[in-house]
Amino acid sequence: MAQQRIVITGVGLAAPNGDNLPEFRSALLEGRSGVSMIETRYMPPVPAGVCNFDQFKHQSKKASRRGTRAGAISIYCANEAVADAGYDMKSNRADRVGVFIGITEHGNVETENEVHNISQYNYDVKFWTHHHNPRTVANNPAGEVTLNMGITGPHLCLGAACAAGNIGLIYGVQMLRLDEVDMAIAGGVSESIHTFGIFASFQSQNALASHEDPTKASRPFDRDRNGIVVAEGGALYVLERLDDAIARGAKIYGEIAGYAYNSDASDFVLPNPTRQAECMKLALSRAKMKPSDIDILNTHGTGTGQGDQNECEAIREVFDGCYRLSINNTKSFIGHSMGAAGALELAGNLPSFDDGYVHPTINLDNIDPKCDLPNLVLDKPRHLGQVDAIINNSFGMLGINSVVIVKRFVK
Amino acid sequence: MTLEGIKDAVVEIIQDIIPDEDLSAIDEDKPLREQVDLDSMDFLDIVMELRKRYSIEVPEKDYMELNTLNSTVNYLLPKMESL
Repeated sequence: MAQQRIVITGVGLAAPNGDNLPEFRSALLEGRSGVSMIETRYMPPVPAGVCNFDQFKHQSKKASRRGTRAGAISIYCANEAVADAGYDMKSNRADRVGVFIGITEHGNVETENEVHNISQYNYDVKFWTHHHNPRTVANNPAGEVTLNMGITGPHLCLGAACAAGNIGLIYGVQMLRLDEVDMAIAGGVSESIHTFGIFASFQSQNALASHEDPTKASRPFDRDRNGIVVAEGGALYVLERLDDAIARGAKIYGEIAGYAYNSDASDFVLPNPTRQAECMKLALSRAKMKPSDIDILNTHGTGTGQGDQNECEAIREVFDGCYRLSINNTKSFIGHSMGAAGALELAGNLPSFDDGYVHPTINLDNIDPKCDLPNLVLDKPRHLGQVDAIINNSFGMLGINSVVIVKRFVK
Repeated sequence: MTLEGIKDAVVEIIQDIIPDEDLSAIDEDKPLREQVDLDSMDFLDIVMELRKRYSIEVPEKDYMELNTLNSTVNYLLPKMESL
C-alpha cells in the first residue's frame, strides 16, 4: 500500500541565535553564534546556548509561573508554527490535532529548583511545592501546549535522549499516516541549561566544553574541541497529509521523504558507527533514495572526540564517493540543544530549498584528521543552486539513533 | 500587623500568583474566585506563601475562610496581629 505523503507546512522555533526561522537562517548564513556564558548552581560560569524569545507573546504570566521552561518554549514554538502555517484552529477540529514533542530529559530543572527551595527552609518538605508533580510529569511540555491552545487530540512527549527532536517529528508523521490526527505539531524542545546536573555530569565525563570566548566553545570536528556546549531551545513543525495541505492552499516547506531510528545495543554513552550507518541507510531506503541523491547532511557532531569521529566513520561508510554532498554542523553555532537538536538543526537547513545555500560549520580551525570529510562546508556558506534533499542526523545516549530525510516538494 | 497591613500582605501574595490580573477594583466582600482567575492550585499557593513569608499555617479545614478578601483578612488577624 502506498504511504500517505506528509509535508511540513509551518515552522516555529526558539534558537539561541534567532526567535523565528528567518532570524535563525540569517544567523547561520552570517556566522552568528548564540552561545554565551551563564551562571549555574555550584559551578563556575559555563558556556551555553540561551534563547531570548518573548515568553509572554503566547502565554500569560500566571501560566508561565505555574509551568516549566520546556512548556514555555513548547507553547511559543507551537503557536508560532501554527501561525506560520496559516492553520485556523477555530475552523478545524481540536480533537484531530496532536502534539508530539521530543525531549532528552524532563523534570531535572524543576526538581533541582525545588530541592534548592527547601534548602532555604532547612529541608522541611512542607515547603515543597504542590506544582512539582504537574511540572515534572513526562508529558508536561506537550500537555502545556494543549492547555494553551485548546487542543483535545492526543499529546505526549517522546523521551529519546538527544535523538528526540527527529523522533518527535517521526512520531507526528506516523500518527498522520495512521489517521489518528489531521494535523500534528511535532518536533523537540530543551530546557536543559537550567539544570546544573547536565553540566556537572558532562564535566565529570570530561565532555563539557570550555573556552575563554563562549562563541568559540562549540567546535565539532576541531582538533582543539573539548566537549559539549549545552543549549536550550525548540523547534515544532506543523505536519499535514499532502492532500489536506494542498486543499487548504498551504505553503509547503518540504516533504518528509524517509526516516529511521534504531538502537546501538552496545554502550550507555559511546556511539556505534555501524548502527548509525545502518540508520542512515534505512532512512535512505525508505525514501527510495541513493546516497548520491542527498545534497546536504546535517551532522549530529557535538564536539566530543569519540562522538565526532564515530559519526564521521558512519558517514564515510554511507556516503563515500558522493561528491555532490555538502556536510555541515549546526551545533557549532548554538551548542547542543539536546531534545530540540534534531528538529532545530533541520529547521536551520530547510530554507536551503529556497535560497540554494548550505550554511557552514564554524569554529573549525584545525580539523581532526579523523573528521576530515571531503565535503565539510567550513566558515562560509556555500551556494549549491538547487537543493533537492537534506538528511538530518540526531543521536543520543543509551545508543539511540534517528535520521530524517526531507526533500524538496514536487507535486 | 494591622488589618490594613494584613490586607496589603494578602493582596501582594495574590498579585504575585496572578500577575496578569488587576486587583485594584476587587470587591472585598465578594468571593475572590468570582472576580479573578484563581483556581484550587492558586489557593494552595496562597497557603504556601503565607507559610513562607509569615510562618502561618492554614489547615485544610479552614480553606473556606479564604473565600473573600475580607474573610481572609479577618481569619488571619489573630494569627498576624502580633507580627
